[in-house]
Amino acid sequence: MQAGADGHDCLRYSTQLPEIRAVTREPPVLETENLTIRFGGHVAVDNVSCAFERGTLTAIVGPNGAGKTTYFNLVSGQLRASAGRVRLNGEDITRKGVAERCDRGIGRAFQLTNLFANLSVRENVRLVVQSRANRGFDIFSRASAHVELIERAEHVLAEVRLIDKRDMPVSALPHGDQRKLEVALMIALSPQVLMFDEPTAGMSVDEVPVILDLIRDLKKDRDRTILLVEHKMDVIRTLADRIIVLHNGALVADGEPGEVMCSPIVQEAYLGKAPEAASTEVVHG
Amino acid sequence: MINTLFSGDRPQSRILAAILILIGLALAFAPFLFPGTKPLDTAARICIFIVLVASYDLLLGYTGIVSFAHTMFFGIGAYGVAIALSVMGPGFSAIGVGVVAGTLVSAVLALAIGLFSLRVKAIFFAMVTLAVASAFAVLVSQMSGFTGGEDGLTYRIPRELTPAFRLADFRLFDVRLDGRLLAYYLVFFCALALFLAMLRIVNSPFGTTLKAVRDNAFRAEAIGYRVIWYRTTATVLSAAMASLAGALLAIWIRYTGPATTLSMEIMIDILLMVVIGGMGTMYGAVIGATLFILAQTYLQNLMGAAEQATEALPLVSVLLAPERWLLWLGVLFILSVYFFPDGVVGRLRRRG
Ligand SMILES: Nc1ncnc2c1ncn2[C@@H]1O[C@H](COP(=O)(O)OP(=O)(O)OP(=O)(O)O)[C@@H](O)[C@H]1O
Ligand SMILES: [Mg+2]
Repeated sequence: MQAGADGHDCLRYSTQLPEIRAVTREPPVLETENLTIRFGGHVAVDNVSCAFERGTLTAIVGPNGAGKTTYFNLVSGQLRASAGRVRLNGEDITRKGVAERCDRGIGRAFQLTNLFANLSVRENVRLVVQSRANRGFDIFSRASAHVELIERAEHVLAEVRLIDKRDMPVSALPHGDQRKLEVALMIALSPQVLMFDEPTAGMSVDEVPVILDLIRDLKKDRDRTILLVEHKMDVIRTLADRIIVLHNGALVADGEPGEVMCSPIVQEAYLGKAPEAASTEVVHG
Repeated sequence: MINTLFSGDRPQSRILAAILILIGLALAFAPFLFPGTKPLDTAARICIFIVLVASYDLLLGYTGIVSFAHTMFFGIGAYGVAIALSVMGPGFSAIGVGVVAGTLVSAVLALAIGLFSLRVKAIFFAMVTLAVASAFAVLVSQMSGFTGGEDGLTYRIPRELTPAFRLADFRLFDVRLDGRLLAYYLVFFCALALFLAMLRIVNSPFGTTLKAVRDNAFRAEAIGYRVIWYRTTATVLSAAMASLAGALLAIWIRYTGPATTLSMEIMIDILLMVVIGGMGTMYGAVIGATLFILAQTYLQNLMGAAEQATEALPLVSVLLAPERWLLWLGVLFILSVYFFPDGVVGRLRRRG
């Protein structure tokens, strides 16, 4: 094979991917087709076509303002696309609302912690479990009588090591714990597609492994499709099956971690801009 | 048993529990503890306003929706009973028809307002409720053939609920067992049942969802709740409860007019009662309504006495004239908001 100009490795890989899939794999769980959003004249997500398969973890990287969070917002429905489509299990969900996409199995953890500040830690998670069990309109039973929902909530809290703080109001929680709870809310939904937006940002070094272990466990469950926006390169290296790179809203590279990271496009678009983010932080293994 | 009745919603403060028990006992035995027409009337109003204020708290404190149409729903409930009694004559079937009709009209109107305006900004909803409530008040005063206009409606209630009806010939603790006593207990037990129903609603899975919508509607939607439906349902429930409170008032005072049900003044009173008691606590409605109605009823007497006692001091006695009672109520309100920003209940809970 002729390796063309530097960086073509990644692009070549990207164009070949659909053919491989057609022969050996089932159809993608999540797919975006020419997905675009414009804010005035600014194109924040530019014609992104990409498919995500069951049982894979895809890391999404790109410099600040590249459009990663905006891409997530288009997939989970907080923003409506200017053009293009979002498909879940082959079904077009581009016009569906946020709650409906959630019901269909799209889960989202936010980059900026987004919780129910006046409620307790347990109530936050119980709300998610309750939504999942479709009990939101249950008006005349006592919430405290739904033992199975509470147990499920506590189970999730144990997983993220927040069980000891279950009765605290969220507003009194330290930042790192709020980040854990943010992730817990998505996990409690048990969605088909999990979208993590910088889950470990702002966490102390000893808290990060809790989240990474969680993601690793979710990955072992081959039914899930995981999208992970992350800046820490060593985290990506250990977790990701595939990396896609966004730059100025456009998808500029897509492939296996080793391949993409070495590609000059990535060096220029991303790593070149933030070399310290790539090499420091978090010890290996 | 008690835990089930109160839906596991503990007062979370000894003092608060004591005050609530005191108010509950005082209202339950009001006819025997405070003989006379005026005290009984005050007790009945407290019962009715506890329901009205709690239903407003369901909206404001639990769901985070500001509405100015609450007295409209209160009025619809009262006018439902008033019109039914005027048209059909005194009888329990007329009361039944009035209650059902009033509650239905309120619920449908609340549903329409909710679906039409809860999608958009909160301030828009508040404005729409203000406009609809004002339009409704004008409508009521215009359709005088039906509603009695500004004069309102005076009507007779079933004989069994009037002083003329004798339940028994003897007296119990020196209190005549008459229809008025029955009417009071009708009001008391209906109010108690409605309050406990609302306490259950706010402690149900639905109630938790309302709090979630209030705290962070964006995230509530993201975890699968259709926020608009929860807001609308809360609006409808709250309107229906306000209507039922209105129906109780119509039965108790045997008169229904704009001043007793629809006025903006009552709307502001409700707001004050919710804030003084403590938003989003339900028990705050009990404390707020009791304090406020007592102040409204007895502050003037108290001040009359104070004016006489201070006759020698010119400025002080002028300030204490009974006509100034609203001024003092205002001062009390400002002080209470300043010292208890989360209301009396919030304050007591923080003390533990
Ligand atoms: N609602 C909006 N209105 C206008 N511009 C927006 C909006 N949301 C995002 N943008 C713009 O779109 C671009 C992409 O933003 P986005 O938050 O998606 O970047 P990101 O890749 O997540 O960056 P970071 O790594 O800092 O989180 C930015 O220039 C941002 O200013
Ligand atoms: Mg972002």
